[in-house]
Amino acid sequence: MPSIKKIFSNNLSAAIFVIILVMALIALYAMMLGQMPVAIFLQHLVNGISLGSLFALIAIGYTMVYTILSMINFAHGDIFMISLYFAFFALSTFRMPWVLALVCVAVLTPLVGILVERFAYRPLRNAPKNSVLISAIGTSFLLENAATYLFGGRPKAFPDIPSLTRVISIRSVNFQVVSLVIPLITAIALAILLNFIHRTKTGIAMRAVAKDYETAKIMGVNINQIIALTFIIGSALAAVGGFMWGAKYPGITPMMGVMPGLKCFVAAVVGGISDIKGAVVGGFILGLGEVMIVALFPSISGYRDAFAFVVLIVILLVKPAGILGTRVTEKV
Amino acid sequence: MKRTMAMLLSALMSISIFSGCQSSSGGDASASDVIKIGVFQPLTGDYAGGGEIEVEGIRLANELYPEVLGKKVELVVVDNKSDKAESATSVARLIEQDKVTALIGSYSSALSIPAGNIIKDAKVPALGATCTNPQVTLNNDYYFRVCFIDPFQGTVAANYATTKLGAKTAAILQEVSNDYSVGLANFFKEDFIKITGDPNAIVDIENYQTGDKDFSAALTNIKSKNPDVIFAPGNFTESALAVKQARLLGIETPFLGGDTWETPDFLSVGGAEVEGVTFSAFFDKNMATTEEAAKFFEEYEKRHPGQEAAAATALGYDAYILLLDAITRANSTDKEAIRDALAQTSNFLGVTGSTTLDANGDAVKDAVIKVVENGAFKYLDVVSAQ
Repeated sequence: MPSIKKIFSNNLSAAIFVIILVMALIALYAMMLGQMPVAIFLQHLVNGISLGSLFALIAIGYTMVYTILSMINFAHGDIFMISLYFAFFALSTFRMPWVLALVCVAVLTPLVGILVERFAYRPLRNAPKNSVLISAIGTSFLLENAATYLFGGRPKAFPDIPSLTRVISIRSVNFQVVSLVIPLITAIALAILLNFIHRTKTGIAMRAVAKDYETAKIMGVNINQIIALTFIIGSALAAVGGFMWGAKYPGITPMMGVMPGLKCFVAAVVGGISDIKGAVVGGFILGLGEVMIVALFPSISGYRDAFAFVVLIVILLVKPAGILGTRVTEKV
Repeated sequence: MKRTMAMLLSALMSISIFSGCQSSSGGDASASDVIKIGVFQPLTGDYAGGGEIEVEGIRLANELYPEVLGKKVELVVVDNKSDKAESATSVARLIEQDKVTALIGSYSSALSIPAGNIIKDAKVPALGATCTNPQVTLNNDYYFRVCFIDPFQGTVAANYATTKLGAKTAAILQEVSNDYSVGLANFFKEDFIKITGDPNAIVDIENYQTGDKDFSAALTNIKSKNPDVIFAPGNFTESALAVKQARLLGIETPFLGGDTWETPDFLSVGGAEVEGVTFSAFFDKNMATTEEAAKFFEEYEKRHPGQEAAAATALGYDAYILLLDAITRANSTDKEAIRDALAQTSNFLGVTGSTTLDANGDAVKDAVIKVVENGAFKYLDVVSAQ
């Protein structure tokens, strides 16, 4: 079936279309059983889309680092957590207006990203892949424990941002402004990023590094700069995601990066870890899937976290390169 | 360079692995003039907020009563990181390494139950302050507690829901990875069905995991069932987020919870949305009648001006002074003698009233109903244990 193969190869809109189609089928099935009124289904859909786009925003960071360095940045979830603490202090200690706080966080968090890259990954640039992976896990522990030491283990309450948390009610479907803002930001970020990568010189350099590290170096590309830039972009997106996460789920703890980090990693792999669009697709699949699992099968709702990992296993068995991924033959 | 970096990194990693295992092994004073009491509590992780207020009470009591039988009492406080396996190992460490005479802990039944067998096998007397699940002390001659247990709390909640809130149907939102939450939800369910006489009175049961942040799907399910009350016993952060999200989804149904909600974190995370929720709790200043209570509130006020002491703080305090009382009554630091003295506790007057331990080692105490009003916990009603 070449046509289906083509759809899945690199067409984002087609993939999203398929997801929505699957959702619609699920909905139809549910409504046929008379389990779910339309309004309730729409409510679930809104919940899922907003959760999914949040996952997508964070998953992009995993994908970017993976494409460039072929390593999984396990500290990404903890950088996301650090960004929430930055946001907390900006909003509550310095009493900044939220837009300013958002800018501050989006500037400060990448600094952490650069530091991690500079001290944990760059010295291992020519070391075996496993060493970098272990270094990433170590960094993750380090950030978690540093946050516990500095900020305490008790949850901090993210200050309420009324213009983001205000509830909009259409018919009987309720959602917060932030639930609208998140997909919007994700869409804008994706559009800018795709343009940047394909149209600008730096973007081309980035792709060159991703494709062949050694050759790019010979061609005069400043590898370290490009990699640092990758971490800046990934961390900035995690920071924006973190800020929105805080507005939506206002409890901040040092360990809060672990689960979202793992899920977004899964999202990146499911979507195809070598493609930024794949991260977005994966994020939506996980977000919507999680919500729908709880919606349709309340009896197993305690296992919603497992959903991400079941999807991971299935994808790895069926299409190891991910939904949008293309199989790359490793050079020997 | 690379090698030094690698060494540094591995050193950092090993530090981060071991951080938090600080065991205060200071003071090599001979065993004869120091009595060590091990305190295992969640000081980091999901239950940290609860562990902290409980330890606050234990430390306060230790400051006021630093000696027993002419010996200095040394608290060895370890963090079980809100983790079930860590809780068991931390207790084993307290017993084997620190050679503690007795134990106090832990906040959350889910963290107390895994330590039960170690306590039983090592024959070290242990006293729980706020762990309410029956399993904590069941079939364990060495584990006692100074609070009521969940079958009673479930009845209190079910009675309150039916009589005061006029509920005929209820939905349950439970933290499925927490023994406390699932246990209490079950006791509530049984009593609610018994009182309403309707086997279908519980219209929905939704589960979530400790640490979850998003409850929108479960709440949307509950919304579609339109219950009269939502019973949501569970950890404070998760519960506060759940109530918040429910209100934002337009669910105006009253929420009812359990003792764990009485934590400062519940109010700070929940904000304006948790106004009006009610829950069953251990104790309130309004019930304080004993001299010990007057002393407790006075000393607490001195240390934390303008702050109201939580019930968990009072119970932590009571656990400590009851333990000291048992040691005095045993007139020995022998673990068996202390255990026997604890088992015979009757009408011991602490902050939270009179404590008598029954055959299971559980206290029988009145429950309080509290409500969140203007960003604070307010006393609403008292429910007698009889």
